[in-house]
Amino acid sequence: MMMRKIQLPFTQTQKVRYERAIERLQSLSSTVNSDASVIVTDTIPVNHEDAFLKGHGTSEVDGELLATVCGVVERVDKLVYVRTLRARYKPEVGDIVVGRVIEVAQKRWRVELNFTQDGVLMLSSMNMPDGSQRRRTSVDELNMRNIFVEHDVVCAEVRSIQHDGSLQLHARSQKYGKLEKGQLLKVDPYLVKRSKHHFHYIESLGIDLIIGCNGFIWVGEHVEVRDPVMMIDGQKDDEMISSSSSTKEQSHTPLETRQNICRIGNAIRVLSNLGFTVTVQVITETVNLSNSKNVDIHEMLCSEFHVLVAENEAERRREKRKK
Amino acid sequence: MEYINPEGLRLDGRRFNEMRQILAEVGVVSKADGSAVFEMGNTKVIAAVYGPREIQNKSQQKNGHALVLCEYSMAHFSTGDRRRQKNDRRSTELSLVIRQTMEACILTELLPHSQIDIFLQVLQADGGTRSACINAATLALADAGIPLRDLAVSCSAGYLNSTPLLDLNYVEDSAGGADVTVGILPKLDKVTLLQMDAKLPMETFETVFALASEGCKAIAERVREVLQENTKQLEYRRAA
Repeated sequence: MMMRKIQLPFTQTQKVRYERAIERLQSLSSTVNSDASVIVTDTIPVNHEDAFLKGHGTSEVDGELLATVCGVVERVDKLVYVRTLRARYKPEVGDIVVGRVIEVAQKRWRVELNFTQDGVLMLSSMNMPDGSQRRRTSVDELNMRNIFVEHDVVCAEVRSIQHDGSLQLHARSQKYGKLEKGQLLKVDPYLVKRSKHHFHYIESLGIDLIIGCNGFIWVGEHVEVRDPVMMIDGQKDDEMISSSSSTKEQSHTPLETRQNICRIGNAIRVLSNLGFTVTVQVITETVNLSNSKNVDIHEMLCSEFHVLVAENEAERRREKRKK
Repeated sequence: MEYINPEGLRLDGRRFNEMRQILAEVGVVSKADGSAVFEMGNTKVIAAVYGPREIQNKSQQKNGHALVLCEYSMAHFSTGDRRRQKNDRRSTELSLVIRQTMEACILTELLPHSQIDIFLQVLQADGGTRSACINAATLALADAGIPLRDLAVSCSAGYLNSTPLLDLNYVEDSAGGADVTVGILPKLDKVTLLQMDAKLPMETFETVFALASEGCKAIAERVREVLQENTKQLEYRRAA
């Protein structure tokens, strides 16, 4: 066995079904992609007469273009590069990322992002709790812990990539910031496709789903986004200050919402174990599948459900191909 | 003792230029960025790669290059005698040697201000652990998506009963003859590791070295097969 193993005990019938589903996926995947997969030191076929640009994952040795990583060759106009599969997150400006604060440093927070370095969220890139726009003073710096402490989960956007490779984040809108009452899940970044919408609100379940481009996915109870600009200062000040202090009374999350959070979380875990791309449609389909087959939340991580999801995904791709 | 009988068969039935069976698997440690298991006969090694990630110890930071750290350790149950200590001389030496080999083939300039940790654990030791570790580390690094100049592969060969022998196991290794370990970058055709204990005359050394290099090329083929299969599988599953 040479491929990434799923660490689950399959019975004989489950193994047969699983392998059949995987074979169907194999046959459905576009042949262009499979022919273009390369590993380290494979020569990338390129027409030397045409001018081409060497992108990431390539290097020129003795007039030949070699791949330096394992992945799939992509060609965009004149750019030839190798798209890696299981690598760390590759950031782009404007990406929405979810991360965990690991350090409160001078005027900044360091955020773990599954990237080669930690992301930096400057104090000045963060909205003040009272909504005012002013220069950050040393008092603000001393009160940084009132905003985020270590192990908090935050959602931010990539502001820029410095010349030394480190990431600068900013969280200047109400939809960014501290995430509470939910779960953080980690999947491989290559399973998350960049799209226009990374914030999803699943109304039927009352769940917020944030799919970070770095592979961190947040599943939590829905929080109404409040716009501080609309707040008139005065009567709303007390409310704002009291809501941002950590001693506020936590409103109780109903059991059903918590079960839904766990169900979605497990669906994402199953998809990530099987190596399928994680999008809202696939997640909701998996959750509906588990509900229709009356699979308990904890049973979702068992081998039977994995096989069901694999077969469902093969079906889904076949349907999509027919269209 | 006779290590190769007049018919040309060794203690385990191999010929002088036959390697032990190789089993390689990628993606065994799910939490690591890259991991691999590499078996050469009875020698079994697990490699796990974490990185590139934030440097833990800023004082070790290298200017503009990634920091590569390697730790080699043998499980207490890997050999018959339970003598292994964590930081004994042999483990430290092997950690250093393997680190230098892997650093030569990682493109560290592309990952400044980061750290790559390679952890190697020998589960079963039956001769050739050094080579198995390098092969496992190469697979794990390729699995982690770290840019590599080439796939470093390694094999050992020795000289017993006036014959060069490929891929020594523990019994042959402890016979007191020479043991040459060679690490090669196959595509670039360069040698990154060359170690020998005991003495050999120059011509004999060249024969033994050539034999080990052949063994390396065979391992390189196998490593490439495993990586190709793994890459294709990942792409099939993901493509949507």
